[in-house]
Amino acid sequence: MSALQGTALVALAAIVLYAVLGGADFGGGVWDLFASGPRRTAQRDAISHAIGPVWEANHVWLIFVLVALFTCFPPVFADVGTYLNVPLTLALFGIVLRGAAFVFRNYAADATTTARSWTVVFGASSIIAPFFLGDAAGAIATGRYDWLSPFALATGLFAVTLCAQVAGVFLLRETRDPALRDDFHRRATRATVAVWIVGLIPALIARVQEPALYAALTNPTALTAILVAMLLGVVVMVLIANRRDTLARIVVGAEALAVLVGWFGAQAPNLVPGHWTYESAAASPEMLVAFLVATACGAVVLIPSLALLFTVFKGPIRAPD
Amino acid sequence: MEHVIAARAQMGTSLAFHIVFAMLGVGLPLLVFIAEGLWLRTKRRAYYDLARTWSKGMAILFAVGAVSGTILSFELGLLWPVFMRYAGGIIGLPFSLEGFAFFIEAIFIGLYLYGWERLSPRAHWLTAIPIVVSGAVSAGFVTMANAWMNMPTGFRLANGKVVDVHPIAAMFSAPWAYEVLHTTIAAYVVTGFGAAAVCAFALLRRSAEARREQVRAGLTIAMIVATVAIPLQWVVGDLIARFDAEQEPAKFAAEEALFHTQRFAPITIGGIVGPNEDRYAIEIPGGLSYLVAFDPRAEVTGLDRVAPDDRPPVAATHYSFDAMVGCATLLLLVAVVWLVVTLRRRVAAPWLLAAIAVCGPLAVAAMEAGWFTTEFGRQPWVARGLLRTTDAVTIAPGLDVQFYGFTVLYVVLAATCWWLLRRVGANAS
Repeated sequence: MSALQGTALVALAAIVLYAVLGGADFGGGVWDLFASGPRRTAQRDAISHAIGPVWEANHVWLIFVLVALFTCFPPVFADVGTYLNVPLTLALFGIVLRGAAFVFRNYAADATTTARSWTVVFGASSIIAPFFLGDAAGAIATGRYDWLSPFALATGLFAVTLCAQVAGVFLLRETRDPALRDDFHRRATRATVAVWIVGLIPALIARVQEPALYAALTNPTALTAILVAMLLGVVVMVLIANRRDTLARIVVGAEALAVLVGWFGAQAPNLVPGHWTYESAAASPEMLVAFLVATACGAVVLIPSLALLFTVFKGPIRAPD
Repeated sequence: MEHVIAARAQMGTSLAFHIVFAMLGVGLPLLVFIAEGLWLRTKRRAYYDLARTWSKGMAILFAVGAVSGTILSFELGLLWPVFMRYAGGIIGLPFSLEGFAFFIEAIFIGLYLYGWERLSPRAHWLTAIPIVVSGAVSAGFVTMANAWMNMPTGFRLANGKVVDVHPIAAMFSAPWAYEVLHTTIAAYVVTGFGAAAVCAFALLRRSAEARREQVRAGLTIAMIVATVAIPLQWVVGDLIARFDAEQEPAKFAAEEALFHTQRFAPITIGGIVGPNEDRYAIEIPGGLSYLVAFDPRAEVTGLDRVAPDDRPPVAATHYSFDAMVGCATLLLLVAVVWLVVTLRRRVAAPWLLAAIAVCGPLAVAAMEAGWFTTEFGRQPWVARGLLRTTDAVTIAPGLDVQFYGFTVLYVVLAATCWWLLRRVGANAS
């Protein structure tokens, strides 16, 4: 494997991890905004409890993706920052407000009015951030950086739905209360159906408006990945109906992976269709090798640390202390 | 607003905002680590309460620091794409390593903040160590990238194209060690004086009578950190000045408002900086020559040796530098007085508490002024000798709107933080 392939693989892995783990945290915010029914406070508590210890670590995947991009593919970083300035700025506002609002509302819990305002900000920004990140992704896929195109906007909507689905499935394992689990089960099921439907919209728009993109999406790799993703959606439904919550987490992660493989598979070997391929955008081989070595060294400390974090907070649910 | 000015204003505001949280994010874990360690050793409740109170502040400050740092990562591309296209493939290595350090920091901060009941007391205390280490290390890596901007190296230009990239050489550009030390120590100066100021203020107002022991312990721990850090910062600062005099003469001359290359060069304090001279300044004849070469007759390079287009903004650099040194002088003075009082086993009198309370804002001011000094002093370059700031800016329109938007965001975040931290202090157990 060449340094370029290795680098691309690391970057894609980081994007997938951010989409799944960071996406679950955004989705948590979405469900926080739509908390309803007699157990709305319990829902919010479970969401806070689930996100609290891990969201900052999950957020670092985004930083890692940015760094990988400007280190290994600098012209893509430059062009994306230039031509997608507006949607990325809006996504950034969402990202910043989400994180800040989350701690603000948690640490102001006893000041009801303030906590309530920041709770709304938390939920709203948890929609804004993935929407505009998805929109930017869609805009890149069009090859025109056209973030206002129906395809890009539909991709943004799809990203939010996907986050909500992943979060819904992840939240199932965060509570021992059967009624609360039912709440999240209902939400996870609905979101999975929504992902199915909303996922078809960009495809239909592509068929009508983006012929090049549509052709790419129907190449064998992309088509296989998309079909796998759709199939995994059904598997998720079956698993959560049978209370196989741990397995459902893995499968929903695989589903997000399949979606992203579909995207990157569709546009390979392009990073930005019509503008940059992996090859043409790559930094010098020396830099790529240095990045890979740094990643390997970093992974040595990162992997056990992440394992510790998730073992302590995401292991089997304990009886309340 | 002019395009490049709007970009610089936004980047400057973002950095000035983030750097406060970054500094406290590096320093606070050390204070928390000491306080909890003292609790484990002595089993005195006050230390436990202190660690809990500080860690709540750390939680809020770290979160805002993490998201405001994200703004900067984005802004590299949103505001300076030309620079990143050039430099990303040269200085990516320290940024990549910083990513991992930040990972470790975020992971262990999650373990620390949410692990009080889940981990054994000893294991919990130990989770602070990776936060202390990775915080300092990640600040160091980012500063290494900044050092490269001052003295770019590790590549060659062939027909305007970057070739022969050596990522490790680029990471260790000439000023790296000085800059990294100066920035890291600044974190302990700011956090030490900042935390001490909060405690001193509470003691003065008698707002924490029930928790007097906790607040006194906090004052002592924070002042010890500050008192160790501030003299070290002076030593490193002196080394940097001498390095700059030789290696970055334009920045040095601007800091000192030295317009003419001369022997017996004076130390120039304050004054009104004009285009060709600094009038009404306090001058110590021969002082600068002596500081640079331990010889008052030594020649010091002035701005006249720098092409007019390559000169930094003298007034901004000089005043920032003076502000930094002025604040740092007061900090050193208060630290020495506190040390003498404490070694004589006296309790700090109200006047000393008042002085320590003032040192909190002064330490932040010194740090910000130092940051301004190095950034103004590098102008008009974004990477010295390689790329001018005006050439590095994005072509994307609407930067002034963005600037106003982010400024409002920072005001809201700062105000909420302030309000929350005061509540944490007031409700501390």
